[in-house]
Amino acid sequence: MLTYYIELAVRNLKRSPGLTLLMVLTIGFGVAASMTTYSVFRAVSGDPIPWKSSQLFVPQIDMWGPTGRGADGEPPDAMDYADAMKLMRDHRAKLQSAMYQISPSIVPADAGKHPVNTSGHAVSSEFFPMLDVPFLYGNGWSADDDAQRAAVVVISSKLNQKLFRGANSVGKTIDIEGKDYRVVGVLNDWNPQPRFYDVVNSGGFSTGLDDVFLPFDRAISLGMANDGNTNCNEIPKESGFVGLQRSSCVWIAFMAELDDAASAAAYRQYLDGYAHQQQQSGRFAWAPNNRLRNLPDWLDSEHVVPSDTKVSLLVALGLLMVCLVNTAGLLLAKFLRRSSEIGVRRALGAQRNSIYAQFLTEAGMVGMAGGVLGLLLTGLGVLSVGWVLPKEIATLARVDFVLLALTLVIAILATLLAGLYPTFRASRVQPAWQLKSN
Amino acid sequence: MTTHPILAALRKHKAGVVLIALQIALTLAIVCNAIFIIGQRIERVHRVTGIDESNLFLVTQQWVGAPDGDDAAGVAKLDNMQREDLAALRNLPDVASVAPINSLPLLNSSWNGAISLKPGSEMRKGGNTRTTFYFGDEQMLSTLGVRLVAGRAFTVADVQHRSMHDQTEPTVVIVTKPIADKLFPGGSAVGKAMYLDGSTVPTTIIGVIERLQVPGTGSWTNTFAYNATLEPLRIDANYSRYVVRAKPGRMEAAMKAMPSLLYKINPMRVLDDDSVKSFADIRAAAYRADVGMAILMGVVCLVLLGVTAAGIVGLTSFWVGQRHRQIGVRRALGARKIDILHYFQIENLMIAGAGALIGVALAVGLNAWLMKHFEMDRIPVVYVLVGLVALVALGQAAVFVPARRASNVSPIEATRAV
Repeated sequence: MLTYYIELAVRNLKRSPGLTLLMVLTIGFGVAASMTTYSVFRAVSGDPIPWKSSQLFVPQIDMWGPTGRGADGEPPDAMDYADAMKLMRDHRAKLQSAMYQISPSIVPADAGKHPVNTSGHAVSSEFFPMLDVPFLYGNGWSADDDAQRAAVVVISSKLNQKLFRGANSVGKTIDIEGKDYRVVGVLNDWNPQPRFYDVVNSGGFSTGLDDVFLPFDRAISLGMANDGNTNCNEIPKESGFVGLQRSSCVWIAFMAELDDAASAAAYRQYLDGYAHQQQQSGRFAWAPNNRLRNLPDWLDSEHVVPSDTKVSLLVALGLLMVCLVNTAGLLLAKFLRRSSEIGVRRALGAQRNSIYAQFLTEAGMVGMAGGVLGLLLTGLGVLSVGWVLPKEIATLARVDFVLLALTLVIAILATLLAGLYPTFRASRVQPAWQLKSN
Repeated sequence: MTTHPILAALRKHKAGVVLIALQIALTLAIVCNAIFIIGQRIERVHRVTGIDESNLFLVTQQWVGAPDGDDAAGVAKLDNMQREDLAALRNLPDVASVAPINSLPLLNSSWNGAISLKPGSEMRKGGNTRTTFYFGDEQMLSTLGVRLVAGRAFTVADVQHRSMHDQTEPTVVIVTKPIADKLFPGGSAVGKAMYLDGSTVPTTIIGVIERLQVPGTGSWTNTFAYNATLEPLRIDANYSRYVVRAKPGRMEAAMKAMPSLLYKINPMRVLDDDSVKSFADIRAAAYRADVGMAILMGVVCLVLLGVTAAGIVGLTSFWVGQRHRQIGVRRALGARKIDILHYFQIENLMIAGAGALIGVALAVGLNAWLMKHFEMDRIPVVYVLVGLVALVALGQAAVFVPARRASNVSPIEATRAV
């Protein structure tokens, strides 16, 4: 029976090619616009570490007090040196790391080559197991290396390719800012987007790649400058990098792994206890105002998904809605034009259900054709977002099977939805009246 | 022509009428807001920086193994390296002038603070004037091409140098006119004292420039977009930036000469692809997202209007076909072609008008919703009104072809059995 309906549908669609083409174009454009913007939205709103994001927490401490809070009473979104070090020393989380952004230069062993700039982070040894960082060769460094301020480094596979042509470089040395470092690990293609461990400095997304990771305490003791943001509520009293460390300026990111609700609650209590103690000692002249958000909430509070992306998706969905209304109107016209045909079929004994089946088949076929056009346009759209969107976001948008399947399914479902009312009207056609007027 | 028969006919196909009106309403709501977004982005992109942007480029470089600048000897060494670079750049035949600088408008790397008329005031408390800081030497003003409107420019004697982390405030500064007007409304700011960043040591304003935009382009800079303070200062750090004005027509040559020249002075430094950047590139990078959003909204608007117009053509054509006989009867009874044309035009005007009126309400509602959830301003009435007129006009244009076909229906149709 279905083949019969399909045959009928094809014949009818062919009878008014202009109207059919118009519907297919409408559905195609509407779906493609939605799916293209959705591909961008999907790319930027994704969870960078889905298996663990609910166990990763970012603490915030209010070291500035009322004059430094955001409009909604938010404490600063980064930490000053004193508080970050206190949290590191107390070590109340399962795994934890303070981190700051660095951009050391590397001097190639080959004398003919110019030094290159790299970006990276100074982190603690627990950074790697906490974030399940994948290694190609070797591993992270040990807690002992942290304490010893050892000259060890973890490098990206890209830098390894550049310096060692991709060979296993564990144990080899590289010259960073004029000092020799032993490579202990090479990362295996790790470039999470959003750059969730340091959202404050990357703004979420970044075209660059972190090439080097050094022990936090070593970077501090060498006075390796902070390459990320520094925000101050008051001018540091002393000058230099040491002055920055003694100031209340915030420039350090912090992340902690807390595996269950109980340990998160305990950590929250610990933060409040700490702030309370600072209040009693006179450093804070205000009540504790801390935050402890898990990663998804943290990304949300930092507005990692650009509002442009959300607005574009909404506007595109609006476009799809208009396309559906349009298709509904055209289908209505198309179906009712065949009232007499329906009348004849009904008079010859066709059930209402058969009319439903026939016209929904026709709508479905329009949807299918629109979906195929939509596939092509979506592919084209995703390829060309690089022209209009910022690079760090555009490069994340991808065409994959899920997106293509979704495009087709949405096109067909949407057209069927648009076809429901016209089909209902068609099925209500009175056979007697139609036959009489003929 | 009375509208009564049109209304009576519309009642016969409510569904089609409702669908067209709904489509027009939705289109109007989306198009108004999208065009408003486009307008805002265009306005942003066209903000003037206050500098002469042609023939200007920026060099950013980093020294390898340089002192950290936390002690006097290190600062002196860094300053020597910087002055060596400056001298060599100024010697180039293609270069008109060069100044060390910490940032440029639209570069999105900034050093911000606050100005107060009272010593030792807390920075974030109200009453202070927010400002960005530009540090450079006596050639900064001429290289940027900013216009001095009062007082004098920096001289060699004004220029100091210090480490990046040193918090000593300068004795003299130049400010932009918005700062001068805010601090000293009605009077001249030149020669007046003020306090930078909560300092207790006064700083004297020696000059006022007309306009200079801050480096940040994010919405957080909207409240102080043209508040800039210029300090006669070379900052000594492990990196440096030089703003270079090339002689007319020689910018490309000057830019190309940079890497080899700098490596020749001192090879222990890092220069990458981004190290030598024309101001045009800086501008394009700063506004890429805005231009992109405007283009995206533009495409959506075009598709929307196209789809809606096509929908009106399609549905009206169907109605014309359906009413062939009635049109024939009217023609046979003496209606002129123009009457038939007007019939369909007025019918469309009524549907589109009703749809557009609903659309106006939707547009305002959508705007209010966007304002609540995203950074968005209130849509000016003119956008909505223009949208209303545009959609009614679109409806009239779309209906013209089927309406003309209707007017060409021959009176003979009346006599034909269907």
